[in-house]
Amino acid sequence: MSTGTATRARPVPPVPAPPSSRGARSGLPAFGFLAPFLILYLAFIIGPALYGLVMSFFNTSLVKPGLSGFAGLDNYAEALRSPDFWSSLWHTVWFTILTTPPLILLAFLFALLADRVARGRWFFRLAFFAPFILPSAVVALIWIFIYTPVIGLAEVTLGKIGITAPVWLGSETWAMPSLAITTIWWTLGFNFILYLAGLQEVPRELYEAAAMDGAGPWQQVRRITIPMLARTTTLVAVLQVIASLKVFDQMYLMTQGGPNFATRSILQYVYDEGFTNFRVGYAAAVSTLFFLIVLAVSAVWFTLVRRQEREV
Amino acid sequence: MATGAVTVERVQKRVRLFNRICAGVLIAFALLWLVPLAWAVDTALKPNAETTNTTWAIQDPTLGAFSRQLQETAILNWFGSSLIIATMSAAGTVLVASLAAFALSRMRFRGRTVVFWFVLAGIMIPGQVLIVPQFREFDALGLLNTYWAVSLPQIPTAIAVFIFKQFFDGLPRDLEEAARIDGAGYFRVYRRVIMPLARPAVAAVAIFTFVGSWNDLLWPLLVLSNPDIMTIPVGLATVQGAFGIRYADTMASAILGAIPLVAVFLLFQRNIVEGIAGTGLKG
Repeated sequence: MSTGTATRARPVPPVPAPPSSRGARSGLPAFGFLAPFLILYLAFIIGPALYGLVMSFFNTSLVKPGLSGFAGLDNYAEALRSPDFWSSLWHTVWFTILTTPPLILLAFLFALLADRVARGRWFFRLAFFAPFILPSAVVALIWIFIYTPVIGLAEVTLGKIGITAPVWLGSETWAMPSLAITTIWWTLGFNFILYLAGLQEVPRELYEAAAMDGAGPWQQVRRITIPMLARTTTLVAVLQVIASLKVFDQMYLMTQGGPNFATRSILQYVYDEGFTNFRVGYAAAVSTLFFLIVLAVSAVWFTLVRRQEREV
Repeated sequence: MATGAVTVERVQKRVRLFNRICAGVLIAFALLWLVPLAWAVDTALKPNAETTNTTWAIQDPTLGAFSRQLQETAILNWFGSSLIIATMSAAGTVLVASLAAFALSRMRFRGRTVVFWFVLAGIMIPGQVLIVPQFREFDALGLLNTYWAVSLPQIPTAIAVFIFKQFFDGLPRDLEEAARIDGAGYFRVYRRVIMPLARPAVAAVAIFTFVGSWNDLLWPLLVLSNPDIMTIPVGLATVQGAFGIRYADTMASAILGAIPLVAVFLLFQRNIVEGIAGTGLKG
């Protein structure tokens, strides 16, 4: 409507085409558009990232202003020598190992099954995806109750079919698998949706052609679906590994890193050192090491994707 | 010819049976997935004394646990904080990311590639590694225990710029060229031409930022210690265990904390699913 009025007021284009106009070439209008994002980005992401990197070379304390004394590489050396660092890193990796394969395989399986069911897809989406949007605190409250010894639903239900339940969160051996079960329940929906979308890209004619050649359902899955979903699987796997490495909420809320630190994740180690022991310089060094690990995983993903693209 | 038709028919029969088994297995899993939520609702509807029975049957169903939660805890305040913070984050992200994406998609200027890669780098930085320096920063700014402390770091989201840029790149240029010829400036093109067409991208970014902000725990836990302005996850984390064996009360608080997001999910199910599928696969 307003453009219509403008047309009548100015019938001939008085301005030159946008790319050649003087203002555009100098970039001023563009930076006007970019400024709000870039200012916040510099102030709250890039700035802190660089500040954290600097801090990791100092004995910075949470309760003292300024950076305090220069420490060189001492913080890094201390982290790499610290059994607490390595054990929390191992817990994080162990959690990743326990969660990633089921979160990929079950999501794939459920999506595969859902793809063959014509009706009621909304119901499966609701059932598998609804937990994903819940806050971790809600998930934790529900599952702590389910894992409660003696009266918890998990123990009582297993008891009815004659299985003696472990102490779940209270046992050093079982705490991590218990957290993994909760996490699988909580986050499977995300991968499920990614796989459902991937399955829709598989051309139906391929299945029909395979059926013509006498290929049964299992062969169709093995020869068509799995290869066609290779790229989706790479994506799901990397997103999943990175998400699992970043675990914090479940442990913090459900076991507080216990029993006996058996479930303390690397991020909780950062949290404990920085905000309980006030050693923010050291915590920043651990954060940097953690960042390098995540970066390495992303680099592996990038290489895999490049290779897959070359193959296609 | 004839044998081919017989083969196809036989395979189709097998496929139909296979599909039916698939449906059965899937329904079983879906029901299993609903058990924890159903159990929470079931428990919340019991009187506290009944909750240690561990049966699905409820002898005296009551909403007492819910009303006690609403009266005894600050949960309504937490709703308010969560709503304000998540809305600030979602609106802020949509605004600054779409403006930046418009410049990257539609304007030519020196240094565009540099800016593009600079923003791309942000995707690689997990927010969690920044908690230590960010905390010191907000401490120095005197913004701890404010909505700003939670919201500001959530606004400059690199991935949102990419979602918008990808969407803008796919929009035809004819419309805006017509507007440009009519003398409309860049901002007018952004507001009147591009943004109205970008509703799906706006919806995806707004919903994801909102849900992400609403559910965030680690950062708000650090910067909000005043119970009056805590978000739902932080509030629930602090009362966790406060009810002891009053399990109905605990489950009622969990359900109250979940309700807003379940509502968001039911309202925007389509946008959420399409958003994940689209950005996830192209990303």
